[in-house]
Amino acid sequence: MILEGAAVVIRQDNIDTDVLYPGSYLNIADPEQMKPYLFEGLDPSLRDQLGRPTILVVGENFGTGSSREHVPHAMLAWGIRCVLGKSFARIFYRNCINLGLPAIVCPEAVDAAEPGVTVRIDTDTGTVHVGDATFQAVPLPSFMRDMLASGGLVDWARRRLAEAG
Amino acid sequence: MGQTMTEKILSRAAGRRVEPGEIAEVAVDLVMTNDITAPLAIKEFKKTGLEQVFDPNKVVFVPDHFVPAKDIKAAEQAKVMREFAVEQGAIYFEVGRAGIEHVVLPENGLTLPGQVIIGGDSHTCTYGAFNAFATGMGSTDIAAAMALGTTWVRVPPTIKFVYNGTLPEGVGGKDLILYTIGQIGVDGALYAVMEFTGEVIDALDMDGRIAMANMAIEAGAKTGIFACDDKTREWLARVTDRPYEPVESDPDAEYLKVIEFDVSNLKPVVALPHLPSNVYPADEVGDMPIHQVVIGSCTNGRISDLREVAKILKGRQVHPNVRCIVIPGSQEVAKQATREGLADIFLEAGAIFSTSTCGPCLGGYMGVLAKGERCVSTTNRNFRGRMGHREAEIILAGPQVAAASAVLGRVASPAALN
Repeated sequence: MILEGAAVVIRQDNIDTDVLYPGSYLNIADPEQMKPYLFEGLDPSLRDQLGRPTILVVGENFGTGSSREHVPHAMLAWGIRCVLGKSFARIFYRNCINLGLPAIVCPEAVDAAEPGVTVRIDTDTGTVHVGDATFQAVPLPSFMRDMLASGGLVDWARRRLAEAG
Repeated sequence: MGQTMTEKILSRAAGRRVEPGEIAEVAVDLVMTNDITAPLAIKEFKKTGLEQVFDPNKVVFVPDHFVPAKDIKAAEQAKVMREFAVEQGAIYFEVGRAGIEHVVLPENGLTLPGQVIIGGDSHTCTYGAFNAFATGMGSTDIAAAMALGTTWVRVPPTIKFVYNGTLPEGVGGKDLILYTIGQIGVDGALYAVMEFTGEVIDALDMDGRIAMANMAIEAGAKTGIFACDDKTREWLARVTDRPYEPVESDPDAEYLKVIEFDVSNLKPVVALPHLPSNVYPADEVGDMPIHQVVIGSCTNGRISDLREVAKILKGRQVHPNVRCIVIPGSQEVAKQATREGLADIFLEAGAIFSTSTCGPCLGGYMGVLAKGERCVSTTNRNFRGRMGHREAEIILAGPQVAAASAVLGRVASPAALN
């Protein structure tokens, strides 16, 4: 899968899901209605860069804390194609893959990405282009690529259930 | 090569021997969600085309975050969950007969040694105190597990923590885990399991172990886990007669790291804003006036926590500048606190004693903070904006420091009361 978009950059490490999507808006279950609250506790002006195909570029241990899936739901609703990070908190990472939002680890590419630059990622090979520079990420395990190709965990589970009859 | 207790549980659940790093599909013994993660999970579950969850006796729903409903949207979310739970014949704990999920499930004997438990809440790792492999996941994972009865895991490596010495009086499980996170950082155990061992752990009561396991996620861990010993068995014997199969780590099990601490001189600690790793002794932070104290949550809302608080509040008054909110972790805790006279002590001291809820911990309701306010809280996260305004400050502490701070109107260790 090839994913391309303009970089939206969050440099700080240990960004938690509370600042990405504050708890008081967890009483919403429709992703479209979650959009106005993404990044609300961090920097609401980041939303001004969304609405076109984008790649979110982040630091270490991104998405730490609460398991709230509102964060990747709101990201997908905004048209974020992929999250490129130095490292991810594990629940956030799972949530992304499960919803069909690739999360790719490539610290060198993160350091090279400036806001607005075009980022192009091949999730099968792990090749990451940032502007004119090329980097190599560890490719996703085949299990996760399979899940992403199915459209996420629910579609994958549906296929599994159908195969089992 | 031997295995850690986590590797043994996951091998058993996978039906084959598994090794750290590999991805395995494992059978789950219990799947839990709450009023904020269940509605999304139910919506995704319905997309699988199934009408029935894999086993209604292994699927649990607990309304606790925004109940009693804080507003219409919260009421509607709770309603979606309630109706699905009833329709499925799943295990359901209603307001007034329940409380905070991570207090309620163990109280009802639902979290047993050797089990694989997943929950749509990051603090599901709490059940590691009972020698279970328990970990938090998002709603979609919960949906798939409700359908398949299995989940996928990358088998985690284990970091062994050894606590040597004797814990000083007035220092508890919360202090131990805050100290640990302060030492290793909020990503110090990223993707790994924290296995808690040593003579200090052997001597620690179950509520202290629960508080430690609860905050393993704050070090980035997949979960925390303890061995099953006489204390575990005694605790479980009071709540269940179901059989269980504990696991032990082999002497030659392989660990990612072994980290040893001597905690004989540990003092009560606090985590200052805005990370749980920003840890200092409570009596070394200087003069930090506070506006609110919250005592409760899945970390410290159990009866032993409330007893410690009552010991300090008895015959004393909450400082005039402070609002002190005491929230029992469950209906059972509330009843016990009332029977023992603890509730009276809180009320006489000028604190409130509320119904059980997660409310203020995640800035939901029942104690949301205004701009510029500072709160000492026995909860588990002090992220910016977690309990309300972005420019509010949260200081994490154990119950005794929280109670002493409520009386003195500033961050204080219990020793400062004398």
